[in-house]
Amino acid sequence: MAMTTNDATARQRHDIEALLPWHAAGALSARDAERVEAALAGDSELARRYELVREELGETIRLNETLGAPSLRAMERLMAAIEADAAAAQRRRRWLDVGPWIARHLSELSPRALAWSAVAAALAIVLQAGLIAGLFISERSGKGFETVLFDDGGQPNQGAHVLLGFTPDATAAEITRFLQSHNATLIDGPKQNALFRVRVAERRLAKDDLARIVRQMQEDRIVRFAAPTV
Amino acid sequence: MQAAPDDTLIERIAHGDRLAMRVLFTRHHVRVYRFVLRLVHNETAAEDLISDVFLDVWRQASKFEARSQVSTWLLAIARFKALSWLRKRSDEELDEETAAAVEDPGDDPEVAMQKTDRSEILRKCLTKLSPEHREIIDLAYYHEKAVEEVADIVGIPENTVKTRMFYARKKLSELLRAAGVDGGWR
Repeated sequence: MAMTTNDATARQRHDIEALLPWHAAGALSARDAERVEAALAGDSELARRYELVREELGETIRLNETLGAPSLRAMERLMAAIEADAAAAQRRRRWLDVGPWIARHLSELSPRALAWSAVAAALAIVLQAGLIAGLFISERSGKGFETVLFDDGGQPNQGAHVLLGFTPDATAAEITRFLQSHNATLIDGPKQNALFRVRVAERRLAKDDLARIVRQMQEDRIVRFAAPTV
Repeated sequence: MQAAPDDTLIERIAHGDRLAMRVLFTRHHVRVYRFVLRLVHNETAAEDLISDVFLDVWRQASKFEARSQVSTWLLAIARFKALSWLRKRSDEELDEETAAAVEDPGDDPEVAMQKTDRSEILRKCLTKLSPEHREIIDLAYYHEKAVEEVADIVGIPENTVKTRMFYARKKLSELLRAAGVDGGWR
């Protein structure tokens, strides 16, 4: 019987002791806090352990406070991503608005005009299919596959450039955000191995400066490859 | 003037209020950053990850049901993102980084005893805890999260939270003893 009472007391103390870290942090319910306070008042060993908990708490706070704070870059990166998101959403909305516009205009056409429109659309589809097939054949014949050319201002070799590869799960919004945060412009790609050529400065940069930019880019989780290029 | 509660800010963010987003970010970004930094040990990555955390908030604000505090929600997202980031690193990179992050082994007891600053030794021992133990201690002591909130953030039962805290503190006491300081456990 005495053993049972001792066991119960030990278990009770263990339960209370498990709550001490949260009591010290002020994160207990009023009811639990009262239980802990009552136990501490009547148990000097528990009170001694509580002082250790308070010491740990104080040093944990001090340790975290030494970690500093993020730079302004974090906020800028976030706001750039939000703007990119908003722009993408606006584009989607505009695209969705095209459906009703087409329906409205088609309904206003006469049957004859509608028939000619259908013929014109069919021809356009055939023409597009021909172009796609042409591109496919030229790729197979080893001429390379150059699809994207963005904003090169007619002088794609001016400035400092980086060859970039993104991780397969990187979204378009993430890539946009990444490019904005590095003031980078997509010049060419995707090239072999899905690599893009990106301009990171309008003028040539010193080797070290370019290497620093590449290192920063490599830190981004959506980047699987980054290296200086001409 | 009373500051808008976090829940109100989230409602405004759900309606596309960028200013509310800035206020929420300013209010919480340092703590979220420190939580992430303690997990990933990389300042640039931690900055990027907190941007991603708040971007998720921007995108998901309309789905927030206020079943937990906003700060708890933020830490849960942050933890998920930090662990995903760690998983994406190759094992080799991770090992190197972890090795670099782990501080030198503690001084032998004699040297440690010469250091009069017990607090400094305690802080050093806190950095030597495993990520699991460090996380639970940070969430309770620094982020002031209740047992059920820690359970929500880490995704474990409440009893496991208490047990993990018990072992974290026990380990801390052992580290202190190894450094020549009485850890207080008997």
